Amino acid sequence: MKGNEAMAEAAIRAGCDAYFGYPITPQSEIIEYLMHENPAERTGMVVLQAESEIAAINMVYGAAGCGKRAMTTSSSPGISLKQEGLSYIAGAELPCLIVNVVRGGPGLGTIQPSQSDYFQAVKGGGHGDYKLIVLAPATVQESVDYVKLGFDLAFKYRNPVMILSDGIIGQMMEKVELFEQQPLLTEEFEWATVGKKPGRSSVFVTSLQLKPEEQENVNHRLQAKYREIEKHEVRYESFLCDDAEYLLTAFGSCARITKKAQEIAREKGYKVGLLRPQTLYPFPTVAFNKLAGQMKGILTVEMNAGQMVEDVRLAVNGQTRVEHFGRFGGMIPDPEEIFQAFEQKIIGG
Amino acid sequence: MADSLIDPGNLVYKRTDVLNDRIMHYCPGCGHGTAHRMLAEAIDELGIQSETIGVAPVGCSVLAYYYLNVDMSEAAHGRAPAVATGIKRVFPEKYVFTYQGDGDLAAIGTAETIHACNRGENILIVFINNGIYGMTGGQMAPTTLEGMKSSTSPRGRDISSMGNPLKMTELVAQLPGTYFVTRHSVHTPANVRKTKRALKKALEYQKLNKGTCFVEIVANCPSGWKMTPVQSNKWMEQNMFPFYPLGDIKVPE
Repeated sequence: MKGNEAMAEAAIRAGCDAYFGYPITPQSEIIEYLMHENPAERTGMVVLQAESEIAAINMVYGAAGCGKRAMTTSSSPGISLKQEGLSYIAGAELPCLIVNVVRGGPGLGTIQPSQSDYFQAVKGGGHGDYKLIVLAPATVQESVDYVKLGFDLAFKYRNPVMILSDGIIGQMMEKVELFEQQPLLTEEFEWATVGKKPGRSSVFVTSLQLKPEEQENVNHRLQAKYREIEKHEVRYESFLCDDAEYLLTAFGSCARITKKAQEIAREKGYKVGLLRPQTLYPFPTVAFNKLAGQMKGILTVEMNAGQMVEDVRLAVNGQTRVEHFGRFGGMIPDPEEIFQAFEQKIIGG
Repeated sequence: MADSLIDPGNLVYKRTDVLNDRIMHYCPGCGHGTAHRMLAEAIDELGIQSETIGVAPVGCSVLAYYYLNVDMSEAAHGRAPAVATGIKRVFPEKYVFTYQGDGDLAAIGTAETIHACNRGENILIVFINNGIYGMTGGQMAPTTLEGMKSSTSPRGRDISSMGNPLKMTELVAQLPGTYFVTRHSVHTPANVRKTKRALKKALEYQKLNKGTCFVEIVANCPSGWKMTPVQSNKWMEQNMFPFYPLGDIKVPE
């Protein structure tokens, strides 16, 4: 299946109650697939094309506030428009799923694949101190699995979850195993607006605090939640790191290309490992910190001008040299040029 | 306390349970308090408190959820109709309303308002129009009248440079998705009663699934207009009503 269509099918199967979206390349197949599938008949799922990205994320806010599995998808410029809504959703502590099929920027940029929204995704993106849980799939299979995982994590922590995909994974076709249909949620959550029942006080979904003391308490609560997430939800994959003297690291589609570069390096006799973060927030800080001691150098490979490299440097904390190699603006690196960058920046540097 | 002092048998009127007894933050003489109460009484009289979900705006009524005793969601500035759409689509059997001021609904939220109305979302939009941004200190609103002074139109609204006041209610009445569009006020007992009747009708219509109901309430803003409550009501009659005439604009056939 095509990555975008597979995620749409996964949304139906994950028991998503409501999808609100707005067309933008390279992810329009998601809403097209959903409209074509008519999940209202299959599961009762609502699918609505909104008048804007802004309206779509606010519809998600409304549905999520009702305790429903709500999601939206977009690509970079559209995700920028959703940042206001995301901040409100994080502040009101609502669960929801956002997919960003990233394209090159800044501005209207290009429709080709990119990873230049890393900062926006993992550092908050909108106003205020908040975090999204960010999942970075490298395959169509992971894109599917992360839809289900994303909803589970969103409800576990009452926190927005973003799948940071890109135009490669969204547009390519791969074999995929789909999970079984999950039922829609029937639970009435005590924090959700479901209609005030006699005997309980009314629920309000809000991110507003008039008193700074109360707002600080909200922030303390959010930070405590983020520490829990950092403790329990870090996910990454490592390849041939045990004997490694050098480390390559990359996420998403770029990690697949980097794995080829690792093979080239191994053939040439360099002991190179590869670490692929699957969660970008929480970041595998501890894993990097532990591996750094044995490495003569680390190269991050990204389809951007150098974003994840900052988090790797923070994690490594000066133990070894961390360099970055990137192609951007919609350009995709090939394994050979990654290997050359490794030789130049790490071996020769 | 009233219950212990007054023989319940002699009670002819009491505060509805849909409005709690928290002290409101609204300025003395402001129309919001009465508008809240009419909405609360309409919900109470229809017996739909447990099936109603409201959406509060950003503006003076940002804390509407703090006074109305129904489940409510606080929306980002202008986004209430989109939030209400999300709620109504997952709970089509519930009664969903938004309560928005003119800055929220007719400036930053124009797109959300028009498109919710054009889709015919089965929600009630309550639109409080006082021609000014009250909460931020009396700046010019999209609905500010020609020549009307505000902190950002200190010499009065100049149409040639600041644009025209926007008649949002007439605009949404043009859309096929709206079912009932009407304009009222809450500055006299007679008008208060008419407003409540309109709100009740609009909520009842939600059961029919015929489209959006839109109730504008032209209101005073004594603080923003820099007038006493009595002066402001008089000024509203003389200046607001000629431009925003009261009455039904679109009624079901």
